[in-house]
Amino acid sequence: MAKELWKGNEAMAEAALRAGVEAYFGYPITPQTELLEYMAREMPKRGRVFLQAESELGAINMLYGAACGGVRCMSSSSSPGISLMTEGLSYIAGTEVPVVLVDIMRGGPGLGNIQPSQGDYFQMTKSLGHGDANALVFAPSSVQEAVDMVYNAFDLAEKYRCVVVILGDGMIGQMMEPVEMPPERPPLTEEQRPDWALRGAKGRPPRILTSLNLTAEGLERANQRIQARLAEIRKNEVRWEEEMTADADLLLVAFGTVGRICKSALRLARQAGYRVGLFRPITVWPFPEQRLHELAGQVRGILVVEMNAGQMLLDVKAAVAGRAPVRFYGRLGGVVPLPDEIAEQVASLAASLPGDGYRPARNGHQGVAPVVASAAVKA
Amino acid sequence: MSTDLSQYEVVYRRPEALTEVYTHYCPGCTHGLIHRLVAEAIDELGIRERTIAVAPVGCAVFAYNYFNVDGCEAPHGRAPAMATGLKRTQPDKIVFTYQGDGDLAAIGTNEIIHAALRGENLTVIFVNNANYGMTGGQMAPTTLAGMVTTSSPYGRDPHLAGYPMRVAELISVLPGAAYVVRRSVHDVANVNKTKAAIKTAFMVQMEGLGLSLVEVLSSCPTNWHMTPVEALRWIEDAMVPVFPLGDYKVAEAVVPLTKRTRAAR
Ligand SMILES: Cc1ncc(C[n+]2csc(CCOP(=O)(O)OP(=O)(O)O)c2C)c(N)n1
Repeated sequence: MAKELWKGNEAMAEAALRAGVEAYFGYPITPQTELLEYMAREMPKRGRVFLQAESELGAINMLYGAACGGVRCMSSSSSPGISLMTEGLSYIAGTEVPVVLVDIMRGGPGLGNIQPSQGDYFQMTKSLGHGDANALVFAPSSVQEAVDMVYNAFDLAEKYRCVVVILGDGMIGQMMEPVEMPPERPPLTEEQRPDWALRGAKGRPPRILTSLNLTAEGLERANQRIQARLAEIRKNEVRWEEEMTADADLLLVAFGTVGRICKSALRLARQAGYRVGLFRPITVWPFPEQRLHELAGQVRGILVVEMNAGQMLLDVKAAVAGRAPVRFYGRLGGVVPLPDEIAEQVASLAASLPGDGYRPARNGHQGVAPVVASAAVKA
Repeated sequence: MSTDLSQYEVVYRRPEALTEVYTHYCPGCTHGLIHRLVAEAIDELGIRERTIAVAPVGCAVFAYNYFNVDGCEAPHGRAPAMATGLKRTQPDKIVFTYQGDGDLAAIGTNEIIHAALRGENLTVIFVNNANYGMTGGQMAPTTLAGMVTTSSPYGRDPHLAGYPMRVAELISVLPGAAYVVRRSVHDVANVNKTKAAIKTAFMVQMEGLGLSLVEVLSSCPTNWHMTPVEALRWIEDAMVPVFPLGDYKVAEAVVPLTKRTRAAR
């Protein structure tokens, strides 16, 4: 199939349509609004449900209702809207119904701005609202990856009866890239509906879907069931990408678009003689901790780069478990770190490392190569 | 010695749309009675097998255990949004919410107003007992002026704590609402009227005419600190003057339905 140029938000919407999404509920918020608008245009054409809710509270609870019917459904929002959705997400996780949610993160806290950010990492990976709930969270670094993630998210949500989040930043939503769209899948048939779905108690006992469980033992059992599913996810779904880690003695760790910018930074630092590799978590929950732990045993130092004040950093430190020094470089408020500044941080990390005095491998060339404009940032 | 039941006429039985369990409601509370009216309406309309109930957060949180239909439980106040998600994706189903006054008229005001505004084909059973029953009798938006609750211990002062909210009146002005009435269950005549209204409300949904909402004045003897009989009397004496019974919105297309339910009584 030929590649076409797609804007991230619209590409994700089209991917969901092709995956057979039957209902979309949302509320406008920059920088994800084009996803909602695309759904507003395209869903009715295919006889599917689009509804603009009165708020993100409304949207997430409409999603909750649709999901209780065993319907393939999704919503999308950006950070402030996601904050409002967390109540519903906790209920959805507690009720064990599948939904897909796209979060196109923007700068915070508060109203913040509409620039790209990774400030929702804690919000999406640590807990979905109250209680012990987690989502399967994917962090795309390109529009193609975002498309593939959305396309596969429904099957995963249904398999594990969980929330699947595509956690992108404003760049993923807004930039245009060549994309190969996956083939169109037919929507679920009545026979394919799950055996817990509320479809009317015709010729069978009624079904109940609730997150309420008043006895401590009962709720503990429900939690254990949820945790067992999350353990399955941890076992089966952890994904990451590595670049030039084989000979690396320094390691960049970054997710999403920052992971991609780090690829350019890596090339700059390599040109300058640093043997640096890149580790990019593709699932940020579950976090690819085991592989990172292994790599930490091989490198002299680790640099974590994020567009926040150091959120994934905690997961990195836990995975590294003291095997290597971990440094953090973060930009805030929607400022995007550029390859050359990251490469400088690599050099500064290398210079700070204890021991025999680290020298770049290339003959005598200290410091960093001149600034090279990066395609990833321009895109 | 066994009795031959076949020679007797059954005049009263548990509706099929109610499960065979005891409810957890306090003695004298009229939630159970209202459940029965809803169940009778469902039976009479023959819609049990395609009905989905959305329970609230409040005393009726376990309503899904009592209605013999598919059911779920919404976050506090969000039942109309959840019901919207169900109904929009399964328009052939009959979806109703059953909500208290804290649920619908405080935390969930936005959800119900917009569901009504969109003319969602939902039926809303709105139980007004002038307080937050489940959490132990705090002030609700419907608490009467001067009424003592655990969170208005000196009596509700409207200047500080607002005025009682008249939900039926409020919803009735929204164009998407097709049928909005207020009823009470403080005596038999009113119970019968409530039943007819609930049945009409479901018929409105079956015909796809828009949102139907039946506000029911309901007793809470435990938190009102009254006997069940005193509580019923208090509905009539104290609540009805503030929350007048009546039909607040009967869309033109609904009028023939009300005639049918009235004739059937
Ligand atoms: C978000 C949230 N806030 C508060 C509560 C606590 N809470 C449970 S029930 C309830 C009030 C219910 O009162 P009402 O809707 O009037 O119904 P009733 O119990 O009187 O039937 C409250 C405040 C909650 N469960 N969730």
